[in-house]
Amino acid sequence: MSEQEHATSTKARPAGSGAEPLLRVSHLQKHFPITTSGLLRRTIGSVKAVDGISLEVGRSETLGLVGESGCGKSTAGRTMLKLLEPTAGTIEFEGRDITRLNRAQMVPMRRRMQMIFQDPYSSLNPRHTVGSIIGAPYAIQGVNPPGGVKAAVQSLMERVGLNPEHYNRYPNEFSGGQRQRIGIARAIALHPKLIVCDEPVSALDVSIQAQVLNLLEDLQQEFEIAYLFIAHDLSVVRHISDRVAVMYLGHLAEVADADQIYLTPRHPYTLALLSAVPIPDPIKERKRKRILVQGDLPSPSNPPSGCVFRTRCWKAQDICAQQAPQLREMQPGHRVACHFPEEPKPVILSS
Amino acid sequence: MTAFLEVEDLRVAFPTEDGLVQAVDGVSFTLELGKTLAIVGESGSGKSVTSQAIMGLINRRIAKISGVVRLDGKDLISASSAEVRALRGSKMNMIFQDPLSSLHPFYTIGRQLVEAIRVHQDVSKSVARKQSVEALDRVGIPNAAQRFHEFPHQLSGGMRQRVMIAMALINRPRMLIADEPTTALDVTVQAQILELLRDLQAETHTAIVLITHDLGVVAQTADDVAVMYGGRIVERGSVADIYYHPRMPYTWGLLGSLPRLDQARDERLDPIPGQPPSLIHPPSGCVFRPRCAFRSLVPGDRCVRERPELVAVSPTQAVRCHLDAATRERLSAERTGAAGGYGSEESQ
Repeated sequence: MSEQEHATSTKARPAGSGAEPLLRVSHLQKHFPITTSGLLRRTIGSVKAVDGISLEVGRSETLGLVGESGCGKSTAGRTMLKLLEPTAGTIEFEGRDITRLNRAQMVPMRRRMQMIFQDPYSSLNPRHTVGSIIGAPYAIQGVNPPGGVKAAVQSLMERVGLNPEHYNRYPNEFSGGQRQRIGIARAIALHPKLIVCDEPVSALDVSIQAQVLNLLEDLQQEFEIAYLFIAHDLSVVRHISDRVAVMYLGHLAEVADADQIYLTPRHPYTLALLSAVPIPDPIKERKRKRILVQGDLPSPSNPPSGCVFRTRCWKAQDICAQQAPQLREMQPGHRVACHFPEEPKPVILSS
Repeated sequence: MTAFLEVEDLRVAFPTEDGLVQAVDGVSFTLELGKTLAIVGESGSGKSVTSQAIMGLINRRIAKISGVVRLDGKDLISASSAEVRALRGSKMNMIFQDPLSSLHPFYTIGRQLVEAIRVHQDVSKSVARKQSVEALDRVGIPNAAQRFHEFPHQLSGGMRQRVMIAMALINRPRMLIADEPTTALDVTVQAQILELLRDLQAETHTAIVLITHDLGVVAQTADDVAVMYGGRIVERGSVADIYYHPRMPYTWGLLGSLPRLDQARDERLDPIPGQPPSLIHPPSGCVFRPRCAFRSLVPGDRCVRERPELVAVSPTQAVRCHLDAATRERLSAERTGAAGGYGSEESQ
């Protein structure tokens, strides 16, 4: 594997708040209407998958977006790329407002923003050769890479750890990890500045997952790509992210540097989430105090009033039902949406 | 104390168009009552097929099964399917990864629970109903008496898994096989379910075989661990052996590949190169050899020619590897020492 040769991670931290972010999302909403069946299709409600989130992704940084299933993290990622039309809010990419761009206007933008999907089986067309899958961005964008498309595709294949001689093979001839490499080669073909990675390693076995994570880190350094890394696995997110945003029921609960989130979480939900993740170390693991969140996720079509987490929160008071907490900056770079945030004290045993 | 479950040289092979798939290739282990054995491995390692073979869930007309599976002294491989069926549900039971596809969508959960009781116990419907509501209550389902009348689709994923656990334990089996019981669940729900299983085990003294790929879950719940690769157990030991003194290159690779919640990002992952083996044409000799970084340390071409046996290296630990003891201990110590080891400082 070529990623072995690269030096260990010496990544620079992302530029401070002074620099203009690559992507800025403000009060983004994505609601899906619930309609009646039949001729009239009356709208009787909506699923508030993303309900007003604001965040920024800096150049060459990795922002981890974590949360449990149904929290809206995938919808948020897709809406930021305008694969879904936002219901409200604005999306700025490289300083330009792209919220209202139509499909045709988005085409040139897509060279700079790409996506990697979770399922390496359904995200590759089974009837296309690997060469035409990885070369598709050139064809769609009308780009003629120097040396021709085939040479460019083969060098991409080599870069992601695939054998360039397999140019004419079909996706079913590859394993899950290799397919994910194909998806990655396609995403980096046009040298994008932002890649939204939606659960890129969760379908892979742990030994293969580590290969792909190392590859993503190497490519980020080489091509200065920013990742919005959407995942439910908090250990993977800790490993790859500079900053982390925690989502719950369409809202952001907490945004901070990765170390701050993992060492001194302030939002009760983050605390509960972290305490639930088992650590592969029996002695540490059996010593840990676990905070069990009671009950199930409320329905996003009928979220609780005020703070969306209050129905499962052990700290909830009257004010939590009346007033939705805003995302407030507690320390530089550490924003929390809670009326009663935790004290900044270490919670998990760190190495 | 004699073991409640003894598995000896279990082999399962499936004929396919491309050749014989040797899914399980000589697996042996034992399990005592009240203990949890975790079988860990990646996809295709044979861990699920092993558990299905124990439960008698593999069609013997299609698959070739050999070896011994002794449950409380009785061999299940040579038993008739009627005998195995009588034991299944009463003496041993199983919960699966996906609770939605393990429950019948057309029947209420209550009806399914009552049926599970009445298959094995001669009780009236009203007694069975009372037992079912109690069981639902015990696994933490609120308003059990009302939920009794609901259909599986009306429950959340975590609630469905609780129903499955209630159903699996309702006839008080002595052994429970849990095949990836929390893989489909979110971490906060996973924590609830694992705690429930632990509590129930403490109450009933059930033996649990936990099939999983998640090394965090294993660290939290298991007493003993068997690491499977390519249909074979490549290392076996107590949970402390496996996490603090792993002695087999594949286990080293597995633990080194793992991103950890308690480690900052600067530490680069150390993946195992290459792909898992084909089970139709497995590598000769050691099944892990093509991906092993240490095979050059074994003199000659022993790793290619000779299949290593699972050899005991301590009273609790056994390893399937040709590395000589001194080299193995040196490499193991390098990997588990203070610098970038898998274990914590407090461990030794």
